[in-house]
This record gives sequence, C-alpha cells and structure tokens, in this order.
Amino acid sequence: MKLFNLKNAFSLSVVLVIYAAAGLLINSGFIDSYLFLNIVLIGINIILAVSLNLITGFTGQFSLGHAAFMSIGAYASAVITAKLSLPFWAGVAAAAFFAAVAGLVIGIPTLRLKGDYLAIATLGFGEIIKIIGLNIDYIGGATGLNDIPQYTTWTWLYFSVVATVLLVSNFVRSYNGRACIAIREDEIAAEAMGVNTTYYKVLVFTIGALFAGVAGALYANYFYFIKPDSFGFMKSIDILVIVVFGGMGSISGSIAGAVLLSIISLFLQSIPELRMVVYSVILFLIMVYRPNGLLGKAGFKFFKKRGARNAYSQSR
Amino acid sequence: MEQLIQQIINGVSLGSIYALIALGYTMVYGIINLINFAHGDIYMVGAYVGFAMTTFLHIGFFPALLVSMLICSLLGVVIERFAYKPIRNSTRIAALITAISVSLFLEYGMMYFVKAETRTFPEVLQNKQIKLFNTGAVLDIKSLYIILVTVALMLVLQYIIYRTKVGKAMRAVSLDRDAAQLMGIDMNSTIAYTFAIGSALAGAAGVLVGTYYNSINPLMGVVPGLKAFVAAVIGGIGVIPGAVFGGFFLGITETMVSAFGGSLYKDAVAFAILIIVLLVKPNGLLGRNVKEKV
Amino acid sequence: MPIVKVDKLSKAFGGIRAVSDISMSVEGGEIVGIIGPNGAGKTTFFNLLTGIYSPSSGAITYQLNKEVSSKSFKPHKMAKYGVARTFQNIRLFKNMSIMDNVLIGYHNNLDYGVVPSLFRLPSYYRNESNARAEVLKLLEIFKLSDKENEPASRLPYGEQRKVEIARALAAKPKLLLLDEPAAGMNPRETQELTSLLTWIKDEFKLTIMLIEHDMSLVMGICSKVFVFDYGMLIASGSPYEIQNNSQVIKAYLGGE
Repeated sequence: MKLFNLKNAFSLSVVLVIYAAAGLLINSGFIDSYLFLNIVLIGINIILAVSLNLITGFTGQFSLGHAAFMSIGAYASAVITAKLSLPFWAGVAAAAFFAAVAGLVIGIPTLRLKGDYLAIATLGFGEIIKIIGLNIDYIGGATGLNDIPQYTTWTWLYFSVVATVLLVSNFVRSYNGRACIAIREDEIAAEAMGVNTTYYKVLVFTIGALFAGVAGALYANYFYFIKPDSFGFMKSIDILVIVVFGGMGSISGSIAGAVLLSIISLFLQSIPELRMVVYSVILFLIMVYRPNGLLGKAGFKFFKKRGARNAYSQSR
Repeated sequence: MEQLIQQIINGVSLGSIYALIALGYTMVYGIINLINFAHGDIYMVGAYVGFAMTTFLHIGFFPALLVSMLICSLLGVVIERFAYKPIRNSTRIAALITAISVSLFLEYGMMYFVKAETRTFPEVLQNKQIKLFNTGAVLDIKSLYIILVTVALMLVLQYIIYRTKVGKAMRAVSLDRDAAQLMGIDMNSTIAYTFAIGSALAGAAGVLVGTYYNSINPLMGVVPGLKAFVAAVIGGIGVIPGAVFGGFFLGITETMVSAFGGSLYKDAVAFAILIIVLLVKPNGLLGRNVKEKV
Repeated sequence: MPIVKVDKLSKAFGGIRAVSDISMSVEGGEIVGIIGPNGAGKTTFFNLLTGIYSPSSGAITYQLNKEVSSKSFKPHKMAKYGVARTFQNIRLFKNMSIMDNVLIGYHNNLDYGVVPSLFRLPSYYRNESNARAEVLKLLEIFKLSDKENEPASRLPYGEQRKVEIARALAAKPKLLLLDEPAAGMNPRETQELTSLLTWIKDEFKLTIMLIEHDMSLVMGICSKVFVFDYGMLIASGSPYEIQNNSQVIKAYLGGE
C-alpha cells in the first residue's frame, strides 16, 4: 500500500476535472445562479450528512442535535466576517473550532448514554443551543443576523466537500475507524479488546461537529442571512434522513442521498401545499421497503477502489 | 403569596396537559420501544375535532371531549396498524424516522385541509373565576376543569391497567414481550389497545387546551409534544406513574421559571432538566434499571 | 509468583450472590479449567476478572506486565495489561470481515494516531501492513486465512468461535480467558481445538483459563480444575481428583 499509486492518481484527476469543468460552467453563466444555489445546498448537505454518518452510521451513536453544530459554525463565521470584518478563512476556522469545542463539551457528558436516551439528550442539547441563540441580542436574537458577506464560492464549496469526504473516509479506513465500527457492532466486545469506547465516541462526535460547523460557515456566507429557527430539530432530522436514505455507514451513500433528496425536494417545490405531505409519504415508504437506504450494504465499487487497496471491506 | 398560589395552579394545569400527553408516549414506549413522534400531533387532531364539534355541531364541552377522545383513539389504532406494524421489527432508526414521517403527514395534511391559520375555539366553558379563600388568588374555572378532567381520566386509566384483562396484558407485554406471547397474549390487540388509550388521552388534552387557550393551529402539537416526551423521560420512560410525575414536575417547574423572571428561557427549562436527569439518573426519576447481560 | 490471584471475591446483584468468597490463584504457563452447573457464577467470575463488573468485596491481583489490582480495572485497559477473553455467546462484530474482527484484537498494538490516519502518512501504511501480516499469520493457524474477507456472520458456528479466539490472541495477551470455547462444536472439532489450545499455549507462552462443559476438553488439557456451584468454589485440584470428588458429583448429578 502506498500513498502514491495509480488509483489515487486517477481519483485525484477525477476530482480536479470535475472542479475545473463545473467552475467553467458556473463562470460562463451556463449554470445560472438558481442552479448554483442548489449546488451549494447539495454541497452543504453532503458535508452535514457525511459528518453525521461518522457519528451515527459508523459509530452507532444516535445524534439528533447535529444542526446545532451547524448553527454554531454559521454564527461563528457570521460574527467573524460580518461583525469583525475578517476574511473568510478566519470565519471557517472559527466555525470549525467553535463547533468542535461544542461537540467536545456536549459529547463528554451525553455519550455515556445509550440508544434512545442518547438521542433524546442530543435533541435536548440541540434545542437548548437554539433557545440560547434566540436570546442573544448581539447576534440578532430571533430576528437573526443579516448582511453576512457572500464569500462562499465554488472553490470553497467544492474543496470543503472534497476535504470532508476524504478526511472522513481516511479516518474510517484506519484503525480508529475500525474501532468505531466495532463500537457500533458490539460495544462490550470492543472494550474487551482494548478499545477505549468513551474516547472514540467523543472523538467522532467532535470531528463530526467540526465538519458540521464548516457546513454552517459555508451556509451563512452564501445565504447572507441566518436565524436560530433554521437550525432546530427539523433540520437535524433532515440531515439524519439523508444519512439513512443514503445508507448508514456508507459515505458514498451520504453523497448520493444528499444529491437525490435535494432533487426530490426540488421537484416538490412545484406543489407547495402538498410538498411536505408527499415528502412524508416518500420517507415512510423508504423506511418500510428499503430501510438500509440506497447503498446500505455495499458502497459504490468506484469509491471502494479509491485510496489504499481495499483488501478489507470497511465501508459497507 | 397569592402570586405563588396562582402560579402553582397554573403549573398544575399545564402539568395536567403534559401528563396526559406523556402517558401516551410512555405507554407506547413501554410496550414496543418506539418513540412515537406523531403523538403530539394526535393531541393537535384532538383539539381540531373538539373545535369542529363545538363550532359546527354546537355540542357541549363534555360530549365534544368524549367524541374527540373516541376519534383520536381510532386514529391512534389506524396509525399503529398501517404505519408502525410494518416496521415493528426494524431498527431503532427506521422506526424513529417512520414515526417522524407520520408526524409530518398529520401536521401538513391537516394544514392542507384546514389551512395554516390559527382558529379560535368557541367559549364552551364559562369564563368564571373563583376567589380562593382569603388569599386573593383567583382560580379560573377552566383550570379547575383541566385538573378535574385529568384526575378523572387518570383514575380511569388506573382502573384499566390494574383491574382489567387488557391492562394486565399491557403490563405483561411491556415487561417481557416474548414470554407474554408464549402465555397466549395477543400482541396485536394489546398493542392496539395501548395506542387507543394513549391517543384518547392525548385527544382529551387537545380539547382541554383548546378550551383553555382558545386557539389552535396545525403545528400546535410540536412543542408540547416534545416537552411531554421530555416529561415522560424525566419520570422514566415506559413507567406510567413516571409520566404523570414528569408531566406535573415539568409543568410546575416551567411555570415557576417563567413567572419568576426567566420567561425567555422557559422552553429551555424542559431540556435542561432532561439533561440533568439523564446524566444523574439515566432511567428517569422513577425508571427501572435494566442492565445488559454479558 | 501467580499470574492472577483472587482473594475472597464476591459479587452480589441486589439480593442475589452470584459469586461468593472465591479464592484461588493461577501460575504462569498453566491451563486451568473452571467447571460447574449452569448459573454457578462462572461467567460472572470472568466478568469480574475483566473489569466488566466490579466486586462487591474481595480483590483480584494480576502480575502480568506490571502488577494491577482490582481497584484499577477498566474493561478497555485489560487488553493492555495482558488479559484477553472470549464470550459465552459469541460476540463477534457481525458486519465486519474476519480480518477486521481480528484486527480489532490487534488494536492496542497499533498507535499511529489520528493525524497519520487522516493524512495517510507513511506510518499509517507501515503499521497497517504489519498488522495485517500478523493477523494473517494468526488466521493461518486457525485455518481461516482463505476466508479473511468474509463477514463474520456468514461463518459456521464452530469457525466463529475460532475467530473469537484468534481475535483475543491478536491482543498479544499473557492470560487468555476462554468462555466455553468448545460450545457448539462436534467431537472432531473439539479434538482439534484441544490440540490447538495446547500448541497455542506453548507457542505464545500463555496462561489459559477456560470455562467449559465439555469434559473431554477439560480433562484433556487442564492441569488444574476449579469447580463452581451456586457462586462458590466447592472443589479444586487435578482433573483426576475432581472426577472423584463426591461434592462435585453431587453438584452435577444431584444426590443424597
């Protein structure tokens, strides 16, 4: 196994080609601003889904408060760029940092809980963060924060998505990732084999929160307006739905899920009154007939070949 | 002092509502380990049914209450049969998302039919107020209705659970599903009864809230549903007295916090208590401790 | 110097005394058997030895890589101390491949950190290759190397048990605790396991404690046998002595 091999070179070129091609289409106006808006949304959702997948899909820790980390990232970046007039990379860095700290602080006490209790606790924390946000006037309270400079470009978006997917994939296909999957499969056996389950659970929670924060920064600095209500329980559910739809424990699934659900959502825009009703029915049908999601049991063959020789199947 | 008594009364009223809704959550969780996210929306449907009964059919408070409870209990059974039965053996997460999909369906389905605006409940209960002894506090007769109806329903529930065959079956299934089945208990009907009873209680809560606050809207079940769920967890999810305890505990605490300065944060109270309880006593204040066998 | 010494160990769950006043010691290089009727507290004893339960009273002292006593037992530290185990109801990671399962056993012997994983630094590749090579060697011992990529759930029961043992061995323990390793095996497989265990003990310089119901295995390789009944140690000695101990016979067969 080597870092510099043929498959990695191929993957790298594909990544660069997509970047250049799409960049061209966007700059020439072929992809209009409406389409670009949707691309931004898809990109943000991919980051959110992959980061949640790390926590819930790979490590089996039920988190229903993921949107809270996104909101912390969004507000951090908004304050840094709008109020303190600092450049975007500072905003993204702040977003990642504060979201990660939040992940650490919330993770340490709650990850002692299991299953449904953990889910409820994360939900609770998510709501608390939202309510705190509603009550801080410096960031606009319930009316939200306006005039956030639009710094999110195709470059920022694309490479954030690539970085997230790459880093999370690399983490998962390493001894750390194996430990996390073992925790999901059987926590007691994992512990008996020397895996410090608390450490890993908090670690992935923090990493997941970090990337969600980055997604939040990208969101804030594209839509130039944010308010706490956009990052509540429903948003956390939306992210979870993408993860489940794409397949828990499958990174390629999260990418496919984000894309597909955004497309489905787009089609539903045409029937605004019944949109949510149809969405709920689709959700229901998926859960009943294909609960493992699109790529639940087997990742894309293409993605399996990426990176090191995959002699062991870690991405399901 | 009169402030305090006033707030305690308000707290107990609010707590009654939470308790009624929480009972449904806890009973369903106790029997099939499902967090029924759609439960708060059954409460909402109850309010709308009550609204329809009193506004269009001009029937009185108690008949409307009973009709609403009946319709909600049927709704609960239908939901269980068509939405939850197919996923009874699915993973936790699949069950959770299914419940959420049902919740969204009810919310936005209702919104499609009745439009999103708030409706006003007609005055079905007299707007009378009783002076409490010499303290100067006033007891709104509506609060009294809420508390009395709640107490009555809980006594009925007690009777059903401890004195009827159905109740015994429910208790058995919640303790050990397989053993209960082996003893000849019909799982499907027991689960159906559980949903029926829990939903009826939620429907009652809906009507009570409608008459008390006079306004209803399709999304009114979201926040109370979440809080009632929190109440159930605080008391110990799956434990019936826990839901009652949790409901009143939360109602009183929330009212106190709101009255004595923290009204901005009153919604956060529920979640803060939740987290403290989960960290200190994970199975809830009255919950049972089930350890995994190694 | 005994590798593990147990001193008046007791564990009660509410009113039930699962384990009462157990005292025993095991020397390095021994293969020791623990037998007794179901519910006698044998697995509870193992759970105490591995930190899953903490004792209600009494003490456990290990002399492995360094001296550790029962006050500092945390389940995930046991592997580092040199103690590895298998479980009564096989606890393999069902959706992971055999290779991955055993690699988890190897977990404590890997420590190249989060950063090399994320950025695929050379230490990642080096450590992973080494780990996989070593695990492959282990799988060869158990004749499972051709199935390295099979998900664990697809293997037949007997082979799953072998994978669990391989996984425990990957932790490079000094003491191996096996909970009913021959359960579900037919006589031929049990025979295979018997010779395999003796070979492993010598090859990896281990001490082995095993809980078993299969007397051919116990009598075949154990130098010492401990008999549990109702949470108490009712007899200990050589296999021959135990076979002829009247209390033991009474415990298993009932009697006047």
